[in-house]
Amino acid sequence: MKHLLSTRDLDRATAVGILDVAEDMADVATREVKKLPTLRGKTVINLFFEDSTRTRTSFELAAKRLSADLITFSAKGSSVSKGESLKDTAQTLAAMGADAVVIRHSASGAAQTLADSGWIDAAVLNAGDGTHEHPTQALLDAFTMRRRLHGAASRGKDLDGLRVTIVGDVLHSRVARSNVWLLNTLGATVRLVAPATLLPANTSGWPVTIGFDLDEAINDDPDVVMMLRIQAERMHAAFFPNAREYSRQWGLDGERLERLRPDTMVMHPGPMNRGLEISASAADSSRSTVLEQVANGVSIRMAVLYLLLSGDREATA
Amino acid sequence: MTARTVLQPADITRALTRISHEILESNRGGSDLVILGIPTRGVSLARRIGTILEGIEPGSGTVGSLDVTMYRDDLAGQPTRAPSPTQMPKGGIDGKTVVLVDDVLYSGRTIRAALDALGDHGRPRAVRLAVLVDRGHRQLPIRADFVGKNLPTSSDERIRVRLLETDGIEEVTIES
Repeated sequence: MKHLLSTRDLDRATAVGILDVAEDMADVATREVKKLPTLRGKTVINLFFEDSTRTRTSFELAAKRLSADLITFSAKGSSVSKGESLKDTAQTLAAMGADAVVIRHSASGAAQTLADSGWIDAAVLNAGDGTHEHPTQALLDAFTMRRRLHGAASRGKDLDGLRVTIVGDVLHSRVARSNVWLLNTLGATVRLVAPATLLPANTSGWPVTIGFDLDEAINDDPDVVMMLRIQAERMHAAFFPNAREYSRQWGLDGERLERLRPDTMVMHPGPMNRGLEISASAADSSRSTVLEQVANGVSIRMAVLYLLLSGDREATA
Repeated sequence: MTARTVLQPADITRALTRISHEILESNRGGSDLVILGIPTRGVSLARRIGTILEGIEPGSGTVGSLDVTMYRDDLAGQPTRAPSPTQMPKGGIDGKTVVLVDDVLYSGRTIRAALDALGDHGRPRAVRLAVLVDRGHRQLPIRADFVGKNLPTSSDERIRVRLLETDGIEEVTIES
């Protein structure tokens, strides 16, 4: 693995391998000294052209736990706000000797562009590009599901037969796209539920079934219900009449929550719009994995950084 | 390439039994003893030593595993290694006598990594080293306290330890 740009090009063995390494990284968090010397002397650069708290701090913590040196650039407060291009920024970082660049960008394909450009030799990790992909989020979601299912015996397992329903703003969601590909690779079946206006125009190549009715999907007894955030910042048109109507039709409220099995997982990538796509009772219930997802995010990002930055990079190119 | 068998199953069992007795002797009994295997085959050997210790002195066979992948000094320039699980015994290692167990002692670099890793888990009272085979060619000032067999080798020979748990057969061979 030279870069991590999308989950679509991961095969099952590689994906399970990443999750297994993350299991070992999770053990580090339970130790007295929560630090490994593995990436000493490596430089990781967080390049965030879009706002983020969870992903950015999670990558920061992951890099620090592995003893890498870390610098965070955010678009505000850097030369990007003076109009510097991605190329110039990348070449500046290359000149500083970056070994890995974690990039979040509002343009789909930005990470791919950076990886293919030749502007910089570093490993590129996609931390979310437009409405395209967010691979580490999908990996941490899969990791969370696997841990809830198999507990300490998770190593080596995939998600064969697991039935996952993803609900909400699929159109703008890179999390949904990354999850669709990864979950399919790991053997789970995915169902998307959304208002027709919030589904992409063409989903013909996607390995999913599509529904428009959340109640029907819940009656079908899914193993996982993943609620997506309504991305108001990307909505420049009216996709549904109003928040109350959306919440009534596609929100996970207390009544719908009660109809799920006690061990059905309720997931949300965060940040949550409480009362819109997910009610407080669902977000705080024992079915909710929201905080586990955050904790597991650090382990997954440690695993990915380790796999990309250790070993002979020329040989794996 | 020729392979020569140097230890048969019975030899391995005898060596581990002797090592177990030596561990108890040097520790003056089985109290506060933790046996930590280094993956992969060191873990199998540590479990066997634990079983033997348990037979001699019940309660003395506390076994765990210690993965050293993240502490190696040769991570760059090699294909990426997948780490193995580390399992510390419930009581931890603080104040205990830890016996590290590995299959082959060669350069000593794995053991250096293990000592670093151990320091991040706690502060043992003492650390000892048990190996099934010591083949020489040390690159660091490290030696084993308990050795199954000393095998003088040349550095272009290859020692292969195969155990029932991991390989389905049980033998130690020299390939050259």
